[in-house]
Amino acid sequence: MMAVTDIKNAPKKALRDTYGEMLVKLGKEDPDMVVLDADLSESTKTHKFHITFPDRFFNAGIAEQNMLGLSAGFAYTGRTVYASSFAIFLSGRAWEIIRQQIAYNGLNVKLVASHGGVSVGQDGASHQMNEDIAIMRALPNMNVIVPADSVEMEKVLEKVHYMKEPFYIRMGREKFPVIMPVDYEFELGKGFLLKEGDDVSVIACGVMVSIALQAAYELEEEGISVEVVNMASIKPIDRELIKQTATKTGAVVTSEEHSVIGGLGSAVSEVLSEEGCNAVLVRHGIEDRFALSGPAWEVMDELGLSVSGLKSKIRQALSKKCQK
Amino acid sequence: MVDFDRLEKIARELRKEIINMVYNAQSGHPGGSLSAIDILTVLYFGGVLRYDPNNPDKEDRDRFILSKGHASPALYSVLSYAGYFPREELSTYRKTKGFALDGYSRLQGHPAWQHNKHGAPGVEASTGSLGQGLSVGIGQALSIKLWGKDSRVYVMLGDGEIQEGMVWEAVMFAGHHRVDNLCAILDNNNLQIDGDVREIVNIHPLKEKFEAFGWHVVDIDGHDHKQIYDAFMKAKATKGKPAVIIARTVKGKGVSFMENNFKWHGVAPSREDYERALAELTV
Repeated sequence: MMAVTDIKNAPKKALRDTYGEMLVKLGKEDPDMVVLDADLSESTKTHKFHITFPDRFFNAGIAEQNMLGLSAGFAYTGRTVYASSFAIFLSGRAWEIIRQQIAYNGLNVKLVASHGGVSVGQDGASHQMNEDIAIMRALPNMNVIVPADSVEMEKVLEKVHYMKEPFYIRMGREKFPVIMPVDYEFELGKGFLLKEGDDVSVIACGVMVSIALQAAYELEEEGISVEVVNMASIKPIDRELIKQTATKTGAVVTSEEHSVIGGLGSAVSEVLSEEGCNAVLVRHGIEDRFALSGPAWEVMDELGLSVSGLKSKIRQALSKKCQK
Repeated sequence: MVDFDRLEKIARELRKEIINMVYNAQSGHPGGSLSAIDILTVLYFGGVLRYDPNNPDKEDRDRFILSKGHASPALYSVLSYAGYFPREELSTYRKTKGFALDGYSRLQGHPAWQHNKHGAPGVEASTGSLGQGLSVGIGQALSIKLWGKDSRVYVMLGDGEIQEGMVWEAVMFAGHHRVDNLCAILDNNNLQIDGDVREIVNIHPLKEKFEAFGWHVVDIDGHDHKQIYDAFMKAKATKGKPAVIIARTVKGKGVSFMENNFKWHGVAPSREDYERALAELTV
């Protein structure tokens, strides 16, 4: 299996487009499946399911709490349920209903969030969700997945559709470069080694995986050997792979379009400290702050969620490693 | 023919069970359990709810959700009396140990779904955090309709509970979708933890509010079994819209010193109060 190496020229696709297509495909396979949205179906792409299966689609209107209560109701009767909205409203507005109904009872509800992170861009801080991985990860029974591209999104949905458990699956708004090998298979609790390296490991999720690959190839030319791991399955997380790569390189950089508090960086640091790995850690993500309005990739640049931003974190990790 | 004398006797026995459970646990909510118990008695033992305690997952069953989950002593005593689990298990209410597969109690402080590992048979949804049960009930009702089944869903709410905004999202949604296999029951006992509902944040007028959202409203005395039964029949006969039974009730009903006293919302009786309460209910 080969990852795409020419990131700049890789084809791009939005994960939510894949989501919309997959809902229709899964809806044909599974007559008990229902889909809910809260007045954002054109944006989340659940409207594709709505058009194909109007009887099995329910629009709650601008009422996320009720949408998740309804989702639980459907799941209690044995249905497979998909509920979607922007990440901020899906996970934030209705968190306690997710906790009490969906997580506590291990209900078969797939919470698929679009517009996660700051890449919703111009809508600004009110719509940018940078804390969802943290708050969803803390819920017992909840699985948390952040796919890197549309190939992985498709593989994730194929796999989790028939697992009767709660999932939180996070997508960005923008088109992401397609970088995963076509024969890739997603496995819950497993990370994927995209590129081998010796000096430093980058463990990334979501859009930061393609940025990490680009950074790795550029640093290669400077003689720095970077290993890149795609950690889409944040909960459960791949402890073995983290241990392996950290032990091998002795320096880990986590990279995510999420707060450095509570997300992938925290999850990896928990493993490193508990496993007693002898490796330095630098967390690359959104510092403890709110972001701002602007075109998506400009906002990403401002926050350092860019190839150059990640490269400087990688150098920081290397110098920390040398100081040890 | 409904045997109302029998229902009266059952309700009195269940009131004793409620007092026993809360006294035994030295924790729980007697007031709102006693206001709700007549409605639950008629629902489960008056031939209204279709259920089978020997097969709690039976496909064509009706479903009851106690959205005001703190009235769990009322629900547990009813489920036990109906035969879902033995009476002895009631002594595990709010206790650590009990009859779940892992040795812990299935009678959690607030009800847990029957397929939750700490849930009791017959419990159709986990509740306790207020305001969620109606949305859950609507989801179940729509799912049942989508399968073309004729089962009905009943959801009991507290009057203080409807201060939760999520309730009104659900009320609006059910009216819009004309969910007519759904019947909500409002246990309108006028009291919440901090005092009189009308003084804390007034919820009235109720009838006009529900009607404005497209619901059929039935207003009754929530301790009169005949009125409760008739209200359930009217709700069942309502087509094209959801129905709500606004049941005027008395918090602590049946135990004189608990009646209309918000201090008995979530307090367990002392030995002396326990004996007085049982003596009153034994007459």
